[in-house]
Amino acid sequence: MTTNILPMLPVILPFIAGVIMLFIGKRPMPHRIISAVAGLILIGFAAFNIYYVYINGTMVTYLGNWSAPFGISVVYDMTAALLVFTTSIVMFFVIIYSFQSIGYEREKYYYYPMVLFMITGINGAFTTGDLFNMFVFFEVFLLASYVLITLGSRKVQLQEGFKYLVVNIVSSNFFLVGLAYLYSVTGSLNMADIHIKLSSYEGSLAIMTIISVVFIFVFATKAGLFPLYFWMPGSYSAPPIPVIALFGALLTKVGVYAIARTYSLFFTTDVAYTHQILLLLALLTIVAGCIGALAYTDMKQIIIYNIMIAIGVIIVGFSMMDYAGTVGAMYYLIHDIVIKAALFLLIGFIIYRTGKNDAADLGGLIKQHPVAGWMFFVASLSLAGVPPFPGFFGKLFIVESAFDNGHAIAAVIVLLSSLIVLYSIMKIFIKVFWGEPVEPIELKNIKSDKLLFSAIGLVIVSTVFGLSADFLFPIFEMAAESFYNPSSYSNYLMGVE
Amino acid sequence: MELVTIFLSGILIASATYLILSKSVLRIIIGLSILSHGVHLMILTMGQLKRGSVPVLDEAVTSYSDPLPQALILTAIVISFALTSYSLVLLLRNYKELGTDNTEDMKGVPHDD
Repeated sequence: MTTNILPMLPVILPFIAGVIMLFIGKRPMPHRIISAVAGLILIGFAAFNIYYVYINGTMVTYLGNWSAPFGISVVYDMTAALLVFTTSIVMFFVIIYSFQSIGYEREKYYYYPMVLFMITGINGAFTTGDLFNMFVFFEVFLLASYVLITLGSRKVQLQEGFKYLVVNIVSSNFFLVGLAYLYSVTGSLNMADIHIKLSSYEGSLAIMTIISVVFIFVFATKAGLFPLYFWMPGSYSAPPIPVIALFGALLTKVGVYAIARTYSLFFTTDVAYTHQILLLLALLTIVAGCIGALAYTDMKQIIIYNIMIAIGVIIVGFSMMDYAGTVGAMYYLIHDIVIKAALFLLIGFIIYRTGKNDAADLGGLIKQHPVAGWMFFVASLSLAGVPPFPGFFGKLFIVESAFDNGHAIAAVIVLLSSLIVLYSIMKIFIKVFWGEPVEPIELKNIKSDKLLFSAIGLVIVSTVFGLSADFLFPIFEMAAESFYNPSSYSNYLMGVE
Repeated sequence: MELVTIFLSGILIASATYLILSKSVLRIIIGLSILSHGVHLMILTMGQLKRGSVPVLDEAVTSYSDPLPQALILTAIVISFALTSYSLVLLLRNYKELGTDNTEDMKGVPHDD
């Protein structure tokens, strides 16, 4: 039993970089360099870890060399590896984007350290194998996100930031309640150990149902599922664009990951009940997101409601808990992280260049920015799931699995939602890039090479991912296995007991 | 004994709910910290309450209590301490920028960009 440092690096690296920046003080230039370099190194290690996990199987590290069910173990399976890799890519591009968009004052007041601390928490939540440790990492990235959402103290940020704070503190406390219940039932906090203990569970089903409802309340609030998404449109539109891109791409997905993990490992005794609830909530989320996406012409709001649609689609896949459903959900999860960040960065470029949030006020930008325009077009096709872009593969598997399991209505809703996604995002494209503006727009003279570099970089990443989806299939199959066959996740305990 | 602490944590969570639903920002923050106290008490109860036993695993000790809930609470208290101090700073900043600590008056701040 050796302590392997590799699975810890995605947590340690951004943390150390953040601490170094705190010691350097309020000097933006070194901050920029350190955070970008840390991002690049992180991408390197995360890519190596994917390769390593692919060859050797799940990496497990026992912190402090305490053996598995007792100490905290870090379980770096393929799901975690893929999510950490995608997180690093998004983080790197968003940091480059921030150089020219976040503003000197925010850079001075520790914007980059906070981004890196948030990444520490997110990577930690993805890789940990211990439920309480997951709570701690949730708090780490939430605390950093409270700072990021209010940094700059514009009035709307303070107002929305406070709401965001209250909602998240309440749901975190319920996370503790659910954890305490689960501990009293199983006497363990190690997720794999809980899975083994619950698979031979013969106690009352009622308590398990209560625990599952508490957990879904917690993670649905974090992920923005119906009916607990009420805080999301307001809070996500308040901070500056790079922060929204990070929040929209990553924070909600951590909630989705937590739902998938807990529901595949813990709540397997009464699947008919718990997973039906999950499916129903996911479908309602899709419908609510569609209504929101159709109602607005504000570009930020349309994309924010599109986050909800994507969350719904992913959860539909995970709630099936079979082979096709989870493979599809994994594809869609990774795809959505990249493409949501790309879209936010692209509309951010438009907003910074024109100074207007509302797509209805704009027009004819294709003459000035043909590259950005066509990249936006590619990104919107990708979001809607047109082949050969990666969203297609995810939706294909999810819909197939929904039909197989007799949830034809779910499949139809997922398919129809694609049309609405396409319509809502094409609405932005047509209004902003085609036609003539309602009134002449004065383009602001800003430096935009790095803005375009990151936005286009992410679109290219997404396209490459789509074209190589076939080649990457074994990796995604491996990642999905820990969901549809949860005993593969808890295998590492077998040698210990 | 468990029943008493469970009732106590129930009372704490109920009063926290009342405070969180009020309009003053300071009351909401007090409510949030009371909520976390209620939850911590709940965790302690979940590890079974015993009298006069030590949380160590040793050959000589026959009756020992579970050390894990205490460790969990310690961590959770530190986290809730950080959150409370941050939310108090946010309250101060809110009051300075928006000129009010009433959530009703905070509504409808124009979304300036």
